[in-house]
Amino acid sequence: MRIMRGLSLRHLNKTETAGPGAVIPIARAVLVDMEPKVINQTLSKAAQSGRWKYGQHSSFCQKQGSGNNWAYGYSVHGPRHEESIRNLIQKEVEKCDSLSGFFIIMSMAGGTGSGLGAFVTQNLQDQYSNSLKMNQIIWPYGTGEVIVQNYNSILTLSHLYRSSDALLVHENDAVHKICAKLMNIKQISFSDINQVLAHQLGSVFQPTYSAEGSFHYRRNPLGDLMENLVPHPEFKMLGVRNIPQMSENSLAYSTFTWAGLLKHLRQMLISNAKMEEGIDWQIRPPLPGLPSLSKMSLNKELHFNTSIANLLILRGKDVHSADLEGFKDPALYTSWLEPVNAFNVWRTQRAFSKYEKSAALVSNSQFLVKPLDMIVGKAWNMFASKAYVHQYTKFGIEEEDFLDSFALLEQVVASYCTL
Amino acid sequence: MWIPGASLLTKFLLPSPLLVMANPFTEYYIVETQPGSNSLLIRVVGDGGSISKGKICSLKARAVLIDMEEGVVNEILQGPLRDVFDSKQLITDISGSGNNWAVGHKVFGSRYQEEILEKLRKSAEHCDCLQCFFVIHSMGGGTGSGLGTYLLKVLEDEFPEVYRFVTSVYPSGEDDVITSPYNSILAMKELNEHADCVLPIDNQSLFDIISKIDLVVNSGKLGTTIKPKSLVTSSAGTFKKWQEKPFDAMNNIVANLLLSLTSSARFEGSLNMDLNEISMNLVPFPQLHYLVSSLTPLYTLADVNVPPRRLDQMFSDAFSKDHQLIRADPKHSLYLACALMVRGNVQISDLRRNIERLKPSLQFVSWNQEGWKTSLCSVPPVGHSHSLLALANNTCVKPTFVELRERFLRLYKKKAHLHHYLQIEGMEESCFTEAESSLSALIREYNQLDATKSMPVEDLPRLSVAV
Repeated sequence: MRIMRGLSLRHLNKTETAGPGAVIPIARAVLVDMEPKVINQTLSKAAQSGRWKYGQHSSFCQKQGSGNNWAYGYSVHGPRHEESIRNLIQKEVEKCDSLSGFFIIMSMAGGTGSGLGAFVTQNLQDQYSNSLKMNQIIWPYGTGEVIVQNYNSILTLSHLYRSSDALLVHENDAVHKICAKLMNIKQISFSDINQVLAHQLGSVFQPTYSAEGSFHYRRNPLGDLMENLVPHPEFKMLGVRNIPQMSENSLAYSTFTWAGLLKHLRQMLISNAKMEEGIDWQIRPPLPGLPSLSKMSLNKELHFNTSIANLLILRGKDVHSADLEGFKDPALYTSWLEPVNAFNVWRTQRAFSKYEKSAALVSNSQFLVKPLDMIVGKAWNMFASKAYVHQYTKFGIEEEDFLDSFALLEQVVASYCTL
Repeated sequence: MWIPGASLLTKFLLPSPLLVMANPFTEYYIVETQPGSNSLLIRVVGDGGSISKGKICSLKARAVLIDMEEGVVNEILQGPLRDVFDSKQLITDISGSGNNWAVGHKVFGSRYQEEILEKLRKSAEHCDCLQCFFVIHSMGGGTGSGLGTYLLKVLEDEFPEVYRFVTSVYPSGEDDVITSPYNSILAMKELNEHADCVLPIDNQSLFDIISKIDLVVNSGKLGTTIKPKSLVTSSAGTFKKWQEKPFDAMNNIVANLLLSLTSSARFEGSLNMDLNEISMNLVPFPQLHYLVSSLTPLYTLADVNVPPRRLDQMFSDAFSKDHQLIRADPKHSLYLACALMVRGNVQISDLRRNIERLKPSLQFVSWNQEGWKTSLCSVPPVGHSHSLLALANNTCVKPTFVELRERFLRLYKKKAHLHHYLQIEGMEESCFTEAESSLSALIREYNQLDATKSMPVEDLPRLSVAV
């Protein structure tokens, strides 16, 4: 799946929507891809909307892709196009009054988004060491996108873990289910999937009130988000959950209360459900006073999803009346952070999309342990037989690099497991 | 081949007289680019070099035609596609290679090396971005087999970064060329070492496909009128009497294969796949680069009362032996990887549903249980609403190679016809023994993989880390 097939950098101080007669706003973004088709489509689609567009010269394109080869994206395209890409980014940075950071959207399964994405992120760390970087990663379907997707994924994750500040993960499988079950779409296309993703991103990054009150909007959502959610560099994996999420037809028959929405959202968090249907209500937080169930081995089922930190974003009517006590329960969190530090809330009375009331929960929790463990396991099995490794060594990624990646990710899995 | 923005170079080698490839491929190609191609910018390559938008004024195949006897090339140059081929991109000789790999490889190879290089470089210059070479040849004769594989080495040296895709026609058991086992084995060594990807084809399979279509057309059943343009075997407006010109029909099938292979690189779609991704995903070890191809559908019914073939049926057909371009049994052998290249109005959910449905009946190697590579191109082929090309890297190619080796050994033991080869400068008996051991090594690799077939899939112990 792809919002951009390659990757796109968006600076967070995006221009606001303009009124009629005003100049059409231009996204503060740089689009990068190693083959032209997707970027062309993207540019024309945006321009067609009439409401916004991408800058004419803010994209970088080549003719031939990366062949699903992380090594090619990282070791060949990266150095080759480093300067051109850097210049494009520099131009956008100069347009900002105050740079909060970089938001990098990329996929893991292919060659460009993953390999070149990792390279560019590393570059950003060198060039703009004081700016924050968040990478939005598309976690591939468990099966059937790209055969070497597990190799590409572990190489991406290990490199990003070293050079990025936070990883916001979207799983294709989860989004696909949302389209099927909640949105009732029969023949799901990538367009549908992208729509859900855009909704999730919008629900997080649309303006909210700052701490000073309802007359000031938050100036630096990226920074605030990272401050709230990434207290320790070992734990960088973030996920988003939304409620409600449904088709237009269903919406007509539904009414919402904050109590109802938040109750479901809390259970979604605890049981690691990705959507509001099929939630397992049996799962409960561990009782206080009992020995903690930490130090679980990987073989045991992780039923209860322990959080490090949570950020709740509420949008809509009567937003100040919502009762948040459920999220302040210390049982939800790991022991080394007080709930007062682990839980934060952002609010705005402005409704989002078509929902009178809506909530988004961004969490740093164990939600990704199982998928990560699975990818590492599959990649390891493949690596043991040395299958496809010659395709990577051809371009300078050696077996050592693979082993380093495995070691780093096993560490991440272990750390999250023992929360 | 002609591509706006030009990212491919195709070369045709005509191994007389087995296969005439050029006609159908280019013809279909013209049909593929003409309708509704308002978004294409066509570059006209003439002596002036001018650019014209919109309608195709004049189209030139980016191809080099090579044959060591003139008959076949002349036929093309007098046929309906004569304007498509640039007469300067031909290399011909008079006497042919006499079904002798050594003549094709050693004699003509060295004689024409410079000329070949020059014409290749010229063609390559016209490309904005040269992605790959397609080499189309046969294994059993002298030119296609010998000179064709010589070319692979030249391409590798001159354009090391450009992928080499080879479509090879393997000889059948009843081949009337006595020395075809020698030629094939000698060519196999070159394919092993210098090709990135090989799509083996045999004439018998192509013939079977034609027969099958013939059955449907002539069965006289109600509602079995076939849309002429949809036939995988015919490019003309009507269904020709194929018995008179079977090779045309057979060639059309291979042309369709190549069109489907390149469709995702030429047209847009929700899940693009470039040609370099084929090699990356389907070739887990350098030697094991032989892919079994199957095409579906073979035709579309014209009667509107008959419901269009269900999408799921198309996926099932792709895994049926009737649609394969080489005789093999992938379902009972081991898959190393499989690619599904879909064209037309098909969504990602359809693709995933069908993979889930078909998976249980197929055996994949333990370290690649989910070895599927998929692509979606929005533009279907002419006459169809959707189509599918499946490429399988499967151990089922082994019997073909084993049989080839056996036929070779039978001849070689008796030293039959060997003198024709050894009298050529540069040829020694060691060429034969090396070729045979190269093939044996390949067969051994497949054997090793097959041995893992019935073993239970176990997870290997992982790296342990201190917490």
